[in-house]
Amino acid sequence: MDFPIFHLDFLGNRLLIALIAILHVYMSHALAVGSIPLITIMEWRGMRTGDERWDRLAYKVLLTCFVLTTSVGALTGVGIWFSTSLVNPAAIGSLIRVFFWVWFFEWFLFFAEVALIMAYFLTWKRWTGPRKGMHVAFGAVLTFFSWLTMAVISAILGFMMDPGSWIEQRFLLNGVLNPIYLPQLVFRTGMAMVAAGFFSMFLAYFFTRRNRDFRAAAVRGISLWSLAWLPVGLLGGYWYRSVVPEWMAENYPVALTSQNFVQWEGTLLTIMGAMAAVGALIALWGAIAPRRLPRVALLAPFVLAIVLMGWFERVREFVRKPYIIADYMYANGLLVEDYPLLRSEGLLPHASYVGSRGVDPDDRETAGRDVFLLACTRCHTTDGMNGIVQKLRDLYGEPPWNRDVVKSYVLSMHNTRPFMPPFPGNDPEAGALADWLVTLPDRPETLAGAQSAGIAPPAGTGERPKEPGS
Amino acid sequence: MTNLAVPRDLPLPLPGTALEFQIAIVLLFLAHILFVNLMLGSTVLALFAQWRGRGDPDYDQLARELAGMVTVHKSLAVVLGVAPLLVANVYYTNHFYGANALTGTAWIMVVPLVALAFLLTYAYKYSWDVLSERRGLHMAIGAAGAAIFLAVPLIFLANINLMLFPERWGEVRGFLSTLALPNVLPRYLHFLLASLAVTGLFAAGWFGRASYPAAETFRVLGRDDLRRHFLGIAFGASALQFVAGPLLLFTLPERGVNWRLILLLGFGVAAALVAVWRLWREMLERRAGLGRGFAVVVVALSVTVVFMATTRHYYRERSLAPHREMIAARTTGFQALALGARMREAAGILDTGATEAAFASPGQKTFMIQCNACHAVGEVRVGPPLDEIATLYADDPQGLIAWVKAPGRKREDYPRMPAVRLTEEQYRDVAGYVLGREWEGQ
Repeated sequence: MDFPIFHLDFLGNRLLIALIAILHVYMSHALAVGSIPLITIMEWRGMRTGDERWDRLAYKVLLTCFVLTTSVGALTGVGIWFSTSLVNPAAIGSLIRVFFWVWFFEWFLFFAEVALIMAYFLTWKRWTGPRKGMHVAFGAVLTFFSWLTMAVISAILGFMMDPGSWIEQRFLLNGVLNPIYLPQLVFRTGMAMVAAGFFSMFLAYFFTRRNRDFRAAAVRGISLWSLAWLPVGLLGGYWYRSVVPEWMAENYPVALTSQNFVQWEGTLLTIMGAMAAVGALIALWGAIAPRRLPRVALLAPFVLAIVLMGWFERVREFVRKPYIIADYMYANGLLVEDYPLLRSEGLLPHASYVGSRGVDPDDRETAGRDVFLLACTRCHTTDGMNGIVQKLRDLYGEPPWNRDVVKSYVLSMHNTRPFMPPFPGNDPEAGALADWLVTLPDRPETLAGAQSAGIAPPAGTGERPKEPGS
Repeated sequence: MTNLAVPRDLPLPLPGTALEFQIAIVLLFLAHILFVNLMLGSTVLALFAQWRGRGDPDYDQLARELAGMVTVHKSLAVVLGVAPLLVANVYYTNHFYGANALTGTAWIMVVPLVALAFLLTYAYKYSWDVLSERRGLHMAIGAAGAAIFLAVPLIFLANINLMLFPERWGEVRGFLSTLALPNVLPRYLHFLLASLAVTGLFAAGWFGRASYPAAETFRVLGRDDLRRHFLGIAFGASALQFVAGPLLLFTLPERGVNWRLILLLGFGVAAALVAVWRLWREMLERRAGLGRGFAVVVVALSVTVVFMATTRHYYRERSLAPHREMIAARTTGFQALALGARMREAAGILDTGATEAAFASPGQKTFMIQCNACHAVGEVRVGPPLDEIATLYADDPQGLIAWVKAPGRKREDYPRMPAVRLTEEQYRDVAGYVLGREWEGQ
């Protein structure tokens, strides 16, 4: 409404965020939060046993983590901001207003983490002999800081799903102490540690090629690490899952819960199950008989962990619908409290960056397109990812579609599809949207966002309507 | 300002005072840009030294020393960039996000481009020995990283410039068109020269310091040679700023310029004159270590930079002030309207505006809004037609309502019906409409 509308009509805006965010989640959990303690333990083991092979393996794993986290990891972290502020500026802007000081503190921790990891890495080969003990202690400090960055950011993620008492009290700590916070943190901690074990196992495959004996020892050690953390991840996951449904149940009638939530719950359970089963099996095998573990088994958990983490984040993002900030803002970026006005007067008179100021009876389709841009494009494309043409095809078969039918669907879909926000505009706007939607199968062109079309209406769609009264 | 759109602000208070955010953004941004300057300058100078050092091991070694620093500078540049980005997000919400969206494709490309440049930087640093026989390839890796480092600031500058001029947003069609707005290219030139000046000064201090083991690192080059080389670079780049600076000032739209701004700028220029003069003298002097003059240069240039950053911020505030007032007024006005609508809704008197069709009964209205998307007279849409339903539940409205509340799956030829959430009254109305066959003849 109040920002020029960025839109990707093939890839879809959500997928842009997802691609960047999943990469970041993997880097930050597995390569930063989880790997640093594992590396520190390997380094300590090398020091205690005098076996330099542990030290060399630890250093190689650290080098890999260091290079990747300080390039891809750091940039995808910034990238989540870049992409969310393009896709849903109202939502990220609101979160930043509420959580500014938490984020500022997070930045300070992030700064400390980067400075410490550089120091830890650069002093590895210099702090040897009697100073090795101090270097190991350094690793422990770094472990704490890495974990703390995750502990802080989890508050914001938890808030998005359940703002707790913030809605009434508007006080920062209410958001931080929201009910999903601790379960999510425990779950993420377990997930990070296990994923780090899987990643080190993957690296050990390459870094211990020349020494079969050491490979067995390394695989056993790393497997024990993963096995030790697996229960934390499982218990955290179970606790987390038990907190989410209560919120859902309060918001939706039981009948809907039985129908829609069960599927999400099932997905979460499947994630847990798959992670536990395959991970535990390989880790157990690695701990008991590392020499008999097939080489491919060292690589499989790594791939599995990426897929499952992405899946988990997708489910987390999905269960909070139709909201982007629970009870405060819908996924379309519009405030719950503005709905009465918008449904009464319409979206178009209150929108800042679309051409239409209302539904022009002679050009209903342009108004319909602008309504689509405002109300639908944060999640839907015309004919790309999560495309609206395919949705209509699923419902009503091959075009042509009946415009009145589409209109009544637009007005009522949130009743039967509880993850959809209610249509935010007024009746004529729903009609204009339907008029435009039914012409989509005949339109070869894609819907351009502000990043290429700018904010004025594209040529050929008529002049920008006059301001009312001018 | 006829083309000026006036958006609304987010209806949440700023988490601090405007002054706090203004001070924060000036200082935090300076810390960020310092390391961006060092990252870019060191990369470019490393490549230059390596090219100059074909056959001269000293210059190859110098290039290696410079490239080794880049990975530290770049990590600090990115981590220090987060804080001013955060402040810009919260303090310039409408203007910053607006400019981001209008240049969206280029803006999001910053992420993969910089990640790639960082990986190239690591590759350049860690392959010095491995690729010692293939210098061309090695230099190409460094040059690719440098090219990205040179391109990305243009994207940032275009955004920062664009956010100052919301009245020109209507002309923008993608990132490239924003480069044509006045001031972007002069700013870029100013930034490139600053990168060389800052890196020259930093390197003069780094290689000229008493504890630097020059004798063990280089064959011929001494500490004094290095110090004077880099002071020369700092001097040349700073002197050229006296051309780039005025160019930037004269291409700046006049709206935000006033005498106070010129005065602020004047202090900065005066400090810069002192710095350049002392740089010249330090550069000519032959001695083993860093003199007091070096400290004077560092202090004077720091003063310049703080004044320039304050001037730049002052211009931004003045330039945006009228638009911000309009945004504030519109936000307040909208909130009053929204509050009125909420109260009318609570009182049950919200006028939901013109509807396209009038309904004969509440049951028909509910049906048309809630059910018509799937059920119709005489045709199969998504679910069975009305006649079929009316026959099936002819004397059983409660049965129909129970089904609508919690449908199961009866028939394989239809998709499963989702539950429909209505009030008890609406359920009764709709059942009455369907089973009373009000729809016949419509």
